[in-house]
Amino acid sequence: MSEQSPHRELGLTDHEFELICEKMGREPNGVELAMFSLLWSEHCAYKHSRKLLKNLPTEGPRVVMGPGENAGAVDIGNGYSVAFKVESHNHPSAVEPFQGAATGVGGILRDVIALGARPIAILDSLRFGEPDTERTHYLVDGVVRGIGHYGNSMGIPTVGGEIYFEPPYEQNPLVNAMCVGLARTDEMVRAAAAGAGNKVVLFGSLTGRDGIGGASVLASAELDEGDDAKRPTVQIGDPFEESKLLECCQELLAEDLLVSLQDLGAAGLTSSAGEMASAGGTGIDIDVGKVPLREADMEPFEIMVSESQERMLAVVEPSKVDAVLALCTKWQTASSVIGEVTDSGTFRILKDGETVGEIAVDDLVDGCPLYDLDPEEPAEWTYANRESIEADASPSDIALSLLSSPSIASKHWAFDQYDSIVGSRTVHRAGVADAAVLNIPESDRAIAIAIDGNGRRVACDPFQGTIEATLECAANLATVGAEPLGVTNCLNFGNPEKPGVAWQLGRSVEGLAEACRALDAPVVGGNVSLYNETPQGPIYPTPVVGMVGELPDPAKAAGENWREGDSIALVGPFDPSLAGSELEKQRGQLGKGLPAREIAPVRAAIELVREAVRSGAIRTATDVSDGGVTTALAELAISSGLGCEADLDPVVVRRECDPEDALFGEGPGGFILAGVAAELEKLGGQGVDFELIGKVSGNEVIVKAGESRIEILVEEAEAAFDSLEDRIESDQAGLTH
Amino acid sequence: MKWGVLQFPGSCDERDALNACQLAGGGGEGLARLVWHEETDLSGLDGIVVPGGFSYGDYLRAGAIARFSPAMTAVADFAAEGGFVLGICNGFQVLCESGLLPGALLTNERTRFICRQGDLVVGEADSPFLAGFEAGQTISIPFKHQSGRFFAPPELLDEIESRGQVAFRYAPGQNPNGSLNDIAGVTNEAGNVLGLMPHPEHAVEAFSGSTDGLALFRGPALSGAGA
Repeated sequence: MSEQSPHRELGLTDHEFELICEKMGREPNGVELAMFSLLWSEHCAYKHSRKLLKNLPTEGPRVVMGPGENAGAVDIGNGYSVAFKVESHNHPSAVEPFQGAATGVGGILRDVIALGARPIAILDSLRFGEPDTERTHYLVDGVVRGIGHYGNSMGIPTVGGEIYFEPPYEQNPLVNAMCVGLARTDEMVRAAAAGAGNKVVLFGSLTGRDGIGGASVLASAELDEGDDAKRPTVQIGDPFEESKLLECCQELLAEDLLVSLQDLGAAGLTSSAGEMASAGGTGIDIDVGKVPLREADMEPFEIMVSESQERMLAVVEPSKVDAVLALCTKWQTASSVIGEVTDSGTFRILKDGETVGEIAVDDLVDGCPLYDLDPEEPAEWTYANRESIEADASPSDIALSLLSSPSIASKHWAFDQYDSIVGSRTVHRAGVADAAVLNIPESDRAIAIAIDGNGRRVACDPFQGTIEATLECAANLATVGAEPLGVTNCLNFGNPEKPGVAWQLGRSVEGLAEACRALDAPVVGGNVSLYNETPQGPIYPTPVVGMVGELPDPAKAAGENWREGDSIALVGPFDPSLAGSELEKQRGQLGKGLPAREIAPVRAAIELVREAVRSGAIRTATDVSDGGVTTALAELAISSGLGCEADLDPVVVRRECDPEDALFGEGPGGFILAGVAAELEKLGGQGVDFELIGKVSGNEVIVKAGESRIEILVEEAEAAFDSLEDRIESDQAGLTH
Repeated sequence: MKWGVLQFPGSCDERDALNACQLAGGGGEGLARLVWHEETDLSGLDGIVVPGGFSYGDYLRAGAIARFSPAMTAVADFAAEGGFVLGICNGFQVLCESGLLPGALLTNERTRFICRQGDLVVGEADSPFLAGFEAGQTISIPFKHQSGRFFAPPELLDEIESRGQVAFRYAPGQNPNGSLNDIAGVTNEAGNVLGLMPHPEHAVEAFSGSTDGLALFRGPALSGAGA
C-alpha cells in the first residue's frame, strides 16, 4: 500500500475515509482499511444503485426468499422450491476470458449451493464486440470454453442463454451467468449467523493470494489500457473442488449439521463473515492463524480479502463440529474451525489469539454511504452508427442479411460445447425452444427458464427497452406453456457517476419495476455491474432479465417444428417498428427512442398463448423478436426443414405501417403460432389481436407485404443462419488452454 | 438384477445412471445403489456401472487416477468372476486405463467438448449387454465428452475388429471426435465388460427424446445371464 493515501489507492474517497475514522473513533489499521475498502466498494455496497433498487416489486405469494439472501427462491409445490440468481463476471472475463467466465459460473453456483439447493441448470447471457476482430475471437473462444469447463466438470447442465455482438462491448464484454437450483423448502438454509458460542467453520479450497481484490476491485472501476497487468487478480477456478464442495454441503444439510451457510465470493472472508454477522445481528471472531493456507507467509489482511475460489463458511453448534469436519474429510475437502459467533456486534480479527483488527459489524456492512445519482438525459444518440448493408438491398437480401447477423444467427457452435443433459431433467435446451424446460418430477411439474436483454434497444430507450426485455422473458415462457414465478436480473451499465449513464440506469430500473408489477412477477434477487466502460466509452446499457416459470406438463411444452399444411397465425398486439431494430443497426441509422407500447395487451396475448400451448392444441409457438416476423418465420422453416408462404398485408392494414415495418420491424407482443387451422382459429375473437398470415409448404420462405416480396430457399436461409461459426472460429482455438 | 453405480469425487452422471438402472428394472429404489469409491465389498450386486464425469477432477489424464481407487480394484475382481461391468464416458476411460477394456480415449480431434444427440449403429460384439439389440440396428443416444477419440495401435485395432469386440459405432458421418473405425464402444473378449463414450443413461425417458438406452441396461437380464 502506498504511503501517500492508502485509502485512495484502495478506491475509497476522502469523504468515505473520514466517515470510517469518525465511526471508529480512530484511523483504521491496515487490516481494517483493507476490509472497509472492499465492503464499501461498488461491487459489495451497491452504493450507486441501492436506492433505485428499493422500487422493485419483491413480494408475491410464491416467494420463499427474496433479495438479501444469497439467491432468491420461489415455491414450486410439494415441499420444493427453486432458487435462482444471475450474476456478472464482466471485468475478470475482459482480462482473462477463460478463468473469468469459469469462475463466474463457479461463483453463481456457490450462491445457490449456499441456500441448500442442488444446482440443476446454468444459463449464460454474453455480449461481445462484432465478430470480426482478433480480440472478439479470443474472448468468445475463452469465455465459451470457460463456461463449458466449469459447468460440464461440475455435472450441471447449461441449458440456455443468449449471445449478442455489438461494437460497444468490444473492449468490455459481458459475462452474466444464471444458476437455478432445486431444494426441499424446509431444508433451505439462511446465511444469518446465530447463537453466540457457535463455531465458524471454513471449508473447501485452501486460501491463497490469488484474486486479492479481484472481483471487488475489478468490478468497481472502469477498464483501462493497463488492465492486462491485472491478470493476476483474476481468480483461478477448480470445478473439481466445487463438485466435492457441493456434495459435501448437500450431505451436511441433509444430516442437519449446520446453523447457517454462506459462500465466499467477492471480498472473501471479510464479506461472507461480515454479512453473516450482520444478517444475524451478532458479532464474529475470526482467527486468521487457523485458516488453511496455500502459502505459509500470508499477511492477516491478505487472508481476510483473498478471493480464492471454492470455499464456504458455516456456523455450527459446538456439539456438531466433529461430525462436520468428518464429512469434509470424507469429501476430501479441507476444513477448519476458524472462529466463533459472539454477541458483541463486533467483527474481530485475531492472529493466533492476538487481536489484529476490530470493526463494528454495522459500520462495515451497512455503514457505506449510499449515493444519489445525478441523472441527465443525453440530448442525442451517443453511440456510433455503422452501415453494413447495401442501401438498395432487396427484401430477400435483407432477410438473409438479418439471418446471418451475428446476434441473430445460430449459436449451436457455442451451445454444443456445453453439457445440456446431465441431471436427467432437460426437456428443452437452448436452441430447441425459446425457453429451457426442465422436468421436476419431485413436484410433479416442470419449470421453464428464460434470459433476455437487448442492450441496443435499451440504449435507444432505457425505460421501454427494459420493459421489452422483461416481456420477452414472459413471452418465451408462454411459448412452452409456462407462467412466471419470479425474476432475477443483472444490471450491466457504465460509470454511474456520469449523468448520461445515471439516467440510463434510473430509467431502466423504472422499466423493470413497471414490467414486473404488470406481470405480477416479483424480483427475488439480482446483481449490479457498473463501470462497464473503457476509454472508447460505455457499453450499451444492458439489463439482463432472468425469469423462472412453471408448467404443469412438460410433454406439452411446444417445440419449434411445424408440419406441412399447418396454418400460421400472428397473435398479439405486435405493432412493428424499425426503431432500434437489427435492420436499423445494419443501415447505420440507430437513434434515440422506441415507440411506447402498453403492457396490458401484451400480457393478455402472453396468457392466451400460454393456455393454448398448455392445452396441447398448439405445438409450434415462438415470439417475434430480433429481426421481426420474417426472421421468426425463417427460423421456424430452418428448424423444421419446411418452407412457408405468408402474407403480411393484414398487419400493414391493421397497424397502418409500411410493408418494410411489417416484414422486419420489431417490438413486443407478437407470437407466431402454427398448427391445424381449426385449432388456431379458436384463438381469434378472444380479445387478443389475431391474424392468419399463411401456410407451411414447400422449400421456400415466401413472405410478402404490399409490393415487397421475400423469396428465399430454406437451404439459403439455413446457410445464412449457420454462418457465424466460421466467422467466430478463433485462429488460436484450443491453444490458449 | 441389482446394480451398483460407482461414485468417485468428481463423478457427474452417477444419479442419472442410478435412475436408468432403476427404470430398466421396472422401477424401484432397491434395484440399484451408489458404491462409494473407497468401498470394496460388491457382494449382492450383479452389475456395476462406472459412470460419467471427471473422476478425481481428471487432472492427470481422463480416468488415470480412478483406476487406482479401492472400488476399481474390487471391480477388476468382479469382472474377472464374470460380473457385468458397464463403463459410460469417463467410466469407459477408467476401464481402458484399468486394462479391463482394450484401447484408449484421446482428446477429441477438434479439442473441444461436444454435446449433441446422435445415432449409433449396434456392432457385432457377442455381449449380454447387447441382447436387447439387433446387430446393425441404429439407435439415438446423446454424446458429450472432450476426450472420446477411440484409439488403438494398428495390431490391437485389428484384433478388436477380428474378435468382434466392437459394441457400437457412430453412424456414418456422425463420428464426433475422430475415433478410429468410428468406434463408440467396445467389449472385453468375454463380453461381460462393455464401455462406450455416448450416454445411454440419458436416453431412458420419453421427455429426453429417446428411450433407446434402456435396452442396454436390460441386456444382462434379457440374455438370461443376469440373476
